[in-house]
Amino acid sequence: MNLTEKEVRHVARLARLAISSVELSEATQALGRVLDYIDLLNELDTDAVPPTTHVEAIETVWRQDRVVPSLSPEEATANGPQVSSQMFVVPKILDGGEG
Amino acid sequence: MTNQYEVVIGLEVHVELKTQTKLFCGCANGFGQDPNSQTCPVCLGMPGVLPVLNGEAVALATRAALALHCTVNSYSKFDRKQYFYPDLPKAYQISQYDQPLAENGHVTIHTAAGKRNIGIERIHMEEDAGKLNHLGQRLGDAEGSLVDLNRAGVPLIEIVSRPEMHSPEEARQYLVELRTILSYLDISDLRMEEGSMRCDANVSLRPLDFTGSLADLPRVEIKNVNSFRNVQRGIEFEINRQRQMLQTGQRIIKETRGFDDASGSTYSQRSKEEANDYRYFPEPDLPPLVLTEKWLKEQREALPQLPDELRQSLAERGVAERDAEVLVQDVNLYHYWSQVVALVSDARLVTNWLLSDYSRLMNANNLSFAEPKVSAHGLASLLSLITAGTLSGKMAKEVLETMFDTGETAEAVVKRLGLSQITDHNAIKEIVSAVVAANPAVVQDFVSGKEKALTFLVGQVMKQTKGQAKPDLVNALLREVLATYA
Repeated sequence: MNLTEKEVRHVARLARLAISSVELSEATQALGRVLDYIDLLNELDTDAVPPTTHVEAIETVWRQDRVVPSLSPEEATANGPQVSSQMFVVPKILDGGEG
Repeated sequence: MTNQYEVVIGLEVHVELKTQTKLFCGCANGFGQDPNSQTCPVCLGMPGVLPVLNGEAVALATRAALALHCTVNSYSKFDRKQYFYPDLPKAYQISQYDQPLAENGHVTIHTAAGKRNIGIERIHMEEDAGKLNHLGQRLGDAEGSLVDLNRAGVPLIEIVSRPEMHSPEEARQYLVELRTILSYLDISDLRMEEGSMRCDANVSLRPLDFTGSLADLPRVEIKNVNSFRNVQRGIEFEINRQRQMLQTGQRIIKETRGFDDASGSTYSQRSKEEANDYRYFPEPDLPPLVLTEKWLKEQREALPQLPDELRQSLAERGVAERDAEVLVQDVNLYHYWSQVVALVSDARLVTNWLLSDYSRLMNANNLSFAEPKVSAHGLASLLSLITAGTLSGKMAKEVLETMFDTGETAEAVVKRLGLSQITDHNAIKEIVSAVVAANPAVVQDFVSGKEKALTFLVGQVMKQTKGQAKPDLVNALLREVLATYA
């Protein structure tokens, strides 16, 4: 598996990880070895096996639409490094939001 | 390269479902509550929790899909869409990626060229994000933001149209019809100003000599516009901006743009050239969703009558097309209309009163037909007094206004004000004869051909009856008596 440093830098960026050039080359090799190992699976003939997306043989687990008590706002925000008016305070964001 | 372009518009509409609880936990799904008062470890994104799907949300989403003529997939699954943003506590949104709930539907719009179906590519379910309250006027000036996660995990459906609209007006029509259809399903509040319905518009210009795939055209996405009118304005602005750029040889880049209400313009928010790498993968915490034929049949049977069916039945009842459209587009007005018509069978009479005098009073008082001021039963008794000849149209107007102000029944107002039309033939004839006898000169005028003289005599009779005689009856009797003078 040929994993490039460019790919690793891209993945690090998506994960918001700052990595040094030394770490970059180490990570490229280490991640490459992981992918090589997973590549072993390709030796199996899976042509006749239908794709699966879940490891358990279960489907359609759903619940009734019934309200259960929530946490109090104090409990909900207890782990927030900074809280104001019952809300988490986060630093200025430059990027737009998602839909 | 050509200077001629075809406008290509696709719309993504998010609709919040009106369930009691969130999509994956039992927290209440309510708007306008105290910040962070409707959260739990699941929707706060705490480690080690397990989301469990809300069956009612699936039912509501499925009904929307069926009403929009989609194929509902018997097998669908959930996926994680990963991105970082403070309103998304897990740093991923549970959505549906390559196997959505439903596909291939359409919305019919009525254009000058006739009916046209705008395709729906897919409808999928996903959870809403939290709400950011920015400290400062605009996003760019904000020093920081306050995060309220009450909305995080609220069930949404995303309805993705095909890029098959070619003008801002078509986009508006698609949205109006989509909202009308959904309003009859009663699955969402559909309030754009409260964010329970949101719209993103994808706009691109296709040079007429471009033969490649539409997906290869640089597409601009206008995000989260808060009214249908602004969706239309945003698209109009974007078409002009892109056309000017193309005509001056500039390259359009794929990006996300915001809409500024005050200036009517769009502004760049973020380049999409490489940012869209969401690394979707199947959500391991949720098993696949398999819907049985029996369950789907139940959902289909739960569908109410939909706008196109209603338009047809209104036409059959003699309601003019324009009036029918007004009725159908306001689900509360339509339900009110149906209740009145069930009591007074004259559909046209009910329509006329509802769309003119009653609507005028409702609008003047800023009221919605969700909470009518005069009950359907009340309006029906008033209209019955007209059909019975007890009240003239003019009197009925006055009675309606009084009912509106005081909340009295029609009968009570009629009694209190001493209103009621004299329909007694003999009583009116007596007065007519007296008026004719008292005005020989006017009678002479009429006999010698002055039609206008009749108006004066009618006025005299109405005066003597305090306006309570039935005008057409007075007219007929006057002509009858005058004929003996000719």
